[in-house]
Formats: sequence, structure tokens, C-alpha cells
Amino acid sequence: MSKLSHYVETAGAILLAIIWISPLLFAFWAAFHSTSDAVNFNVTSAWTLDNFRIAWDGAPWLKYFLNTFLLVTIVLIGQFFFTTLAGFAFAKLEFPGKNFVFILVLMQLFILPEVLIVENYAMVSRLGLFDSLFGVGMPYMASAFGIFLMRQSFKSVPIELHEAARIEGCGLLGILWRVYVPLAKPTYLAYALVSVSTHWNNFLWPLIVTNSPDTRPLTVGLSIFGAPENGVDISIISAATMMSVAPLLIAFLVFQRQFVQAFLRSGIK
Amino acid sequence: MSNHINLEKRRQAIYGWLMLSPAALMLSIFAFYPSGATFFSSLFSKHTRRRPSEFIGIENYNDLFADPTFWLVVKNNLFYAAITIPVSVIIALSMALWANSKIPARGFVRTAYFTPTVLPMIAAANLWLFFYTPGLGVLDQIGSLFGLPSVNWLGQPETALWAIIFVTIWKEAGFFMIFYLAALQTIPEDYKEAADIEGTSRWTYTRRIVLPLLMPTTLFILVNAMINSVKLIDHLFILTKGGPSDASKLILYYIWEMAFAFFDAPHAAAMTILILLVLCIVAAIQFIYLDRRTHYQ
Repeated sequence: MSKLSHYVETAGAILLAIIWISPLLFAFWAAFHSTSDAVNFNVTSAWTLDNFRIAWDGAPWLKYFLNTFLLVTIVLIGQFFFTTLAGFAFAKLEFPGKNFVFILVLMQLFILPEVLIVENYAMVSRLGLFDSLFGVGMPYMASAFGIFLMRQSFKSVPIELHEAARIEGCGLLGILWRVYVPLAKPTYLAYALVSVSTHWNNFLWPLIVTNSPDTRPLTVGLSIFGAPENGVDISIISAATMMSVAPLLIAFLVFQRQFVQAFLRSGIK
Repeated sequence: MSNHINLEKRRQAIYGWLMLSPAALMLSIFAFYPSGATFFSSLFSKHTRRRPSEFIGIENYNDLFADPTFWLVVKNNLFYAAITIPVSVIIALSMALWANSKIPARGFVRTAYFTPTVLPMIAAANLWLFFYTPGLGVLDQIGSLFGLPSVNWLGQPETALWAIIFVTIWKEAGFFMIFYLAALQTIPEDYKEAADIEGTSRWTYTRRIVLPLLMPTTLFILVNAMINSVKLIDHLFILTKGGPSDASKLILYYIWEMAFAFFDAPHAAAMTILILLVLCIVAAIQFIYLDRRTHYQ
């Protein structure tokens, strides 16, 4: 009986996995076949790279890749800076008004930057950052989620290490840099993975703030490229899609273990 | 000695505020000020060349409440939330239980479940376009094998929102699975052994021991799923653009359209405030539950 249910469950798990991965597999297949072969599921048809060639010539992809890469780097550096300092202050220092400010920060978890697009757009324009990568990245830098995560991580550092460093004559910033930051490495790694995949994939806000190929990230470029008005056919859209997800997807497949472990270890739950 | 303690207190206060101020400044610029400004501008009329904007109180809100499109969009979004939240949580839980159990091809199964999470929503929408396209799409081809007629999944009001919902579930279930997986690995082996000695069935063990222990994770995931039901709208830009006849339009998309396609910032602001109110309620619910959770432990 239990043997049977084991088989049924295994079959269910694998079936669900196949369903879940199938859109990607179909797109992969379509990307390497001519449109008519792709839509007719001509299994014996020849593989081709033409779709990639046409897609690549259809938009400044290299520029888009570079923009996305710069964007996630800027956001990550900003986030590390802001959340480390604030997380440490919340975790290890006592000062008046701390709890009140902490509640304000927690509130920001729910005031999504996505929802405030209208006023954030006005703010970014006022700061002269419209159509710049900084404009795209800035609203996400002081992330409440990150502050919260760093606070949790720093809190778990034993106070003895802190005291020992202080007796050795280390200043507060020195203690933060030499004791807390190295110990929080797994948290930083997990946060980096979450942040990079979020901002690599972000769309609505970059769509609003960017206005030229020089700043447009991949997602916005891809949406413009694939817009129905442009009449691009399905194989070429698939090729463009595979192209733009490839770096993150390959990185994920190669570092899958670390990726998942980072999540599990950092205790984001 | 007390002098020394005082000094230390002062030092901590200065350092604390100094370290907090960069983040506080950023949060003020990009979260608190815009929230206030949104509320403020929702009380004013639209600025046109002929008429400067003037204070009109809650008129923008009244307009919204009188706008049938607004109510349709609200209804769509509630439906979107009512389906995506429970379904993706249940799928995520099953995925995690499976990915954590001893089955063959576990590595493949885990990867397959999680992969959609690393794709941009825009790319996901492009992938699904290939499924939904009438006549040529995968779904229609599978349907035609069984003699079913071609369906324009994205082009008719009855199915467009469902098509959107499906993509959302596909995208977020694997992400939620990770959190369940993390929580499952913190459950000590002893419980399972004890249950085995008592001769408890696997189902009872899951229902009576695993699920209650996963409760905090479930709450966390529920809140995230609620937020996602407001936030995840990117695929609308590719798949339906909110159509046909607004049948798949969601609130955030409508805000974007109002502000950046119709250039009607005040009404967009009024809608933003309404969303923020809802999010505040979600936040309040979470804090109350978080409190209860700490009492629990």
C-alpha cells in the first residue's frame, strides 16, 4: 500500500516538474527552429541559428545586457551599504527613537516602490535622474527587507566577539567591518542572489524611468522587441527570450546548490 | 562610573543615528515623502494648460467610485488574488514536500520547480504566448488532438484573466517552495522517528506535525502572495494589455495606464492611496499574527 502511494507520489512529482519546465523547453525548441517547423512540432526538422541572428540584429542587445548588468551592480552595492549600516544600528546599538524608526522601516515593507510609481517618477525627474541607471536603481537601495535581514543576521553574532574586538582597541566601524560583516557572509550571499534576480527581472519601474536604448535594461528592451506591433514571429521572440534569460538561467543551473543553500542557510523564512 | 555609562550611551546614540541616517534619508525620499505627496496630489484636480490644478477634496475618489472600469478592475484584482494566493501556496507546499522526500530524480524535480523564479516576468509572458496563441499555440495543438475547437485564450473576456492567473501561479509557486523547503529542513528527524514508532501514518504525520510546524512559514508566504497579487502585473504588458474590454486589467496596471498613458496623475494618485490602504491592512494583519506567533513560542 505504502509502496503504491510512493509510486503515485513520485509520478505526480515528476509530472508536475515536466509541466513546470515545459514552457521553457518549448521556447528553447522554437528558438532553434524555423517558425513553421516550430508551430507544427516537426520533430525531424533541422536545427538553425537563424532566429538568434535575426533577433540579435533587431535590437541593441549588447547595450541592454550591459545596462542590466550595471543596474544590478549599482543596486547591490547601494543595498549593501545602506542595509549594513542601518541593520547594525538596529541590531546592536541603543538609542532614543530606535523602536519608532524601526516600525517606520517595517512599514516600508508594504509601501512597495512599484505602487508609488507616479510620485517616484516625479521625484526621480526632480533629482535629474530621469532616464539614468541611477534613477532606476535608487528607489530600491534602502530596502526595508535588506535592513531587516541584516539586523537578524547581526543580532545572532555573540556579544563576546564584539567585546573582544573592543578590548583589542577596535572602533565601532572597525568592529562592524572586521567582525560582523565577515560573519554575515552567508546572509550577504543570499541577499545578493535575491537582489540580483529581482532587479535583473524588474520591469515596470525601468519601463517608466528609462526612455532610450542607452539606459534601457533587458526586460524593457525585450518587451519592446516582442511587442505585437512589431510583428515579430514566435520563433524569433523565443530566440530573443532565451538570449535574455540565458545568463541568469545558466548561472542558476551551474550554482544551483549554492543558490538554494544560500536561501536555506540565511534563514529567510 | 555612571559618567562612563552616560558617555557610552551618548556615543551609541550618535553612532546609531549616524548609521541610520543614510537609509532613513533614502527611505524618506523614495517611500515616505512620495506616499504623502501621493495623498496630497490625490486631493487636487488635474493640471491642464487652461486650468491650473486646484483643491477639490475627495472628488477624485468620488470619480473613481463612479467609474465602472475602476470597479471592474477591483473585481478582477480580487479574483486574481482569490485564485493565485491559495493555489500557489498549496502547489508550493506540495512541491516542497515532494522535493524534500526521497524520490528518484529529486534534483531534476527541484530544478524544474524553481526555474520559473529566475526568469523575468516579461520572458515568462513570452514563453506563455507560445502556449496561448490561437491556432498555432501549444494549448490549441494539444486540444486539436482531442478534437477540441481552437480557443483564443487571451482574446476573450472569459479566459483572459485565467490565462494571466496561470502564468502568475507558474512563476511564484517555485519561489514559495524554497521557503517551505527551508522550514521543512529545520524539523528535527526525531519527530518522524517518534511518529514511526507510534505507527502513525505518513498522512497523519504530515497533517498533525508538519503542517502546524510550517504555520509561521505559511503566514509569511501568504503575506508575500498577497503583495504579489498587487505587484505582479508585468505579464499583462505582453499578454493582454488588460484587455479584451478590460477583462484582465489589474489595479497596478490601471494606475500605470492612468498616469502614463492617459496622463491623469490625480486619479492615479487616488488609486495608489487606496492600494496603500489595503497594503496597510495586510501589514496590520501580519503584525497581529506575528505577535501571536511570538506568544506561541
